[in-house]
Amino acid sequence: MEDLSFSHKAHERAVGTKNIAIIGVVASGNLEVLAERILPDTECLVEIKTAAEGFGDVWDAVVADFVERTSPGGLKFSINDGGARPDTVSLRLAQAVRLMEDNDQ
Amino acid sequence: MTTSWQHRREARNARIEAGAKLARGKIVEARDATSLMEAVIRPGDRVCLEGDNQKQADLLSSALLAVNLSKVRDLHMVQSGVVLPEHLDLYDHGVAKRLDFAYSGPQSARIATMLFGGKIELGAVHTYLELFARYFIDLTPNVALIAAVSADRDGNLYTGPNTEDTPTVVEATAFKDGIVIAQVNEIVDKVPRVDIPGDRVQFVVKADKPFFVEPLFTRDPAAITEMQILTAMLAIKGVYAPYGVRRLNHGIGFNTAAIELLLPTYGENLGLKGKVATHFALNPHPALIPAIESGWVEQIHSFGSEVGMEDYIRARSDIFFTGPDGSLRSNRAFSQVAGLYACDMFIGSTLQIDLQGNSSTVTTSRIAGFGGAPNMGADARGRRHPSEPWLQAGREADPEASPLVRRGRKLVVQIGETFGDKNAPLFVEELDALALADKLNLELAPVMIYGDDVTHILTEEGIANLLLCRDADEREQAIRGVAGYTEVGRGRDKRMVQRLRERGVIRRPEDLGIDPLDADRRMLAARSIKDLVRWSGGLYAPPPQFRNW
Repeated sequence: MEDLSFSHKAHERAVGTKNIAIIGVVASGNLEVLAERILPDTECLVEIKTAAEGFGDVWDAVVADFVERTSPGGLKFSINDGGARPDTVSLRLAQAVRLMEDNDQ
Repeated sequence: MTTSWQHRREARNARIEAGAKLARGKIVEARDATSLMEAVIRPGDRVCLEGDNQKQADLLSSALLAVNLSKVRDLHMVQSGVVLPEHLDLYDHGVAKRLDFAYSGPQSARIATMLFGGKIELGAVHTYLELFARYFIDLTPNVALIAAVSADRDGNLYTGPNTEDTPTVVEATAFKDGIVIAQVNEIVDKVPRVDIPGDRVQFVVKADKPFFVEPLFTRDPAAITEMQILTAMLAIKGVYAPYGVRRLNHGIGFNTAAIELLLPTYGENLGLKGKVATHFALNPHPALIPAIESGWVEQIHSFGSEVGMEDYIRARSDIFFTGPDGSLRSNRAFSQVAGLYACDMFIGSTLQIDLQGNSSTVTTSRIAGFGGAPNMGADARGRRHPSEPWLQAGREADPEASPLVRRGRKLVVQIGETFGDKNAPLFVEELDALALADKLNLELAPVMIYGDDVTHILTEEGIANLLLCRDADEREQAIRGVAGYTEVGRGRDKRMVQRLRERGVIRRPEDLGIDPLDADRRMLAARSIKDLVRWSGGLYAPPPQFRNW
């Protein structure tokens, strides 16, 4: 197991008012993402527990692009990774942001 | 002294006479098949052993393998598919020496080893259409060994749904003083329909078991991933819709199977029914059943058939080409021509794409051949009829040209995930095909689709529209821009990629308003083979390896 953490400044606050969302499963080649709206509006934190060690630079690139593309300000993401490919990680993160857009609390 | 201009006809007649001693009429017993080969084939002959990508003249290939080398040897095989182990055993035994072919699927690793070891003298690797073309110019067979479902005593043949290459092979052989030998599953009094007229067939061998057919076009919906669904949504919303592509060909991978299964769901939601994907050059893909049943598809012409689809096709003759007997009539040569000239788009997966957009399915140890993809995935320079997608693609490629003399462009779309099977990157700096060409001393690297024919590269990262690129740099960055987190993708120039995105050269899922939550297997119209059977009203009968209930 490896623990990684990436902190970014986001351009904008993530859309929506939902406070918590979860998507994906912890399985081989897959991952679970928990999103929580607990940070100041311009901050974004991604914490990762991954089964595959030594891919820190790829995670760094995936997370940086994700923040750039979706501007998830105010959100903290906790990832439980079962060795997912970067494309799956990007998709799950985008899905988590999308779930947070809901206004259903 | 008079000159004879009919040497070949005389030679053919002599061969027929030698073979006739083993026949009753045209019928030869299976146990005499090898003797028949020894009687009619001469050393060094050009022989077409019918091996398509599906149907195999397996009895005749075994019989040929058993010939006495003092009678038959050093043959030059001209065949579209090198598929059965026997096809290559011929070279180990010395029966055959030289090979011209198009597709080698399951034998791709062994064929590479044998080429490297000098066991096979290679003419060239072709596309189907160009090998067929050469049958009529400089690779005309002396003898053709073909497969059919049934024959009558006059040699009339019924090829059933898998007609495939047979009419082409017979045409080239029979009308140029060659000899046609057919293996059939049964001899009947009257064939259900005449696919090959009997006067083109000299000998008929009754096989003790039906010829082998491989279900090559069945993709189990259960194996389709969310990422493939995402790429399929991008294709439908970002390519099919804006160009209004109605006439097209699909490759055989999972990405295009996902598209087929999203038409009745995602495509329906977008209001695209009747506006896209109505006419196909395509084998009868089981994954297309839900779209057909939902009224999307108007017409399909097929290269071959697909195991298990026979009854469904028969019951849907409005859609498929069928004979008076009701069963499918396929024809590879005609369907390839249809794909080349009458389709506005080819979309298919590949294994490797380089920075110029060249693609290849070759790895350093395998020569899989080309099959038909290069014909489908190529701009037809001889095309002259206009259609909106073709004109629009031409406009995008050259907006300054005068409309009345501007060529249109065929849409050639390469679709895939940035990381493929076993996490192999789809994008590479240099194709493995180049290393292979070097190793085997080939004059040409086996490139499946040349970069200058590719119009769009589509991955989960988005669509790169190469028509809109104005120079090699832009093209390279557009490709890097959809290459994700592969080495090639991470080597992109971020600012240039951003500019390309602003110009619409690169379009990401969010640019197209694609909801990532829709990348869900619930979006598939069928999620299992059993669902496909249900959609077909029980008419689709999947082969055993696809049944798990």
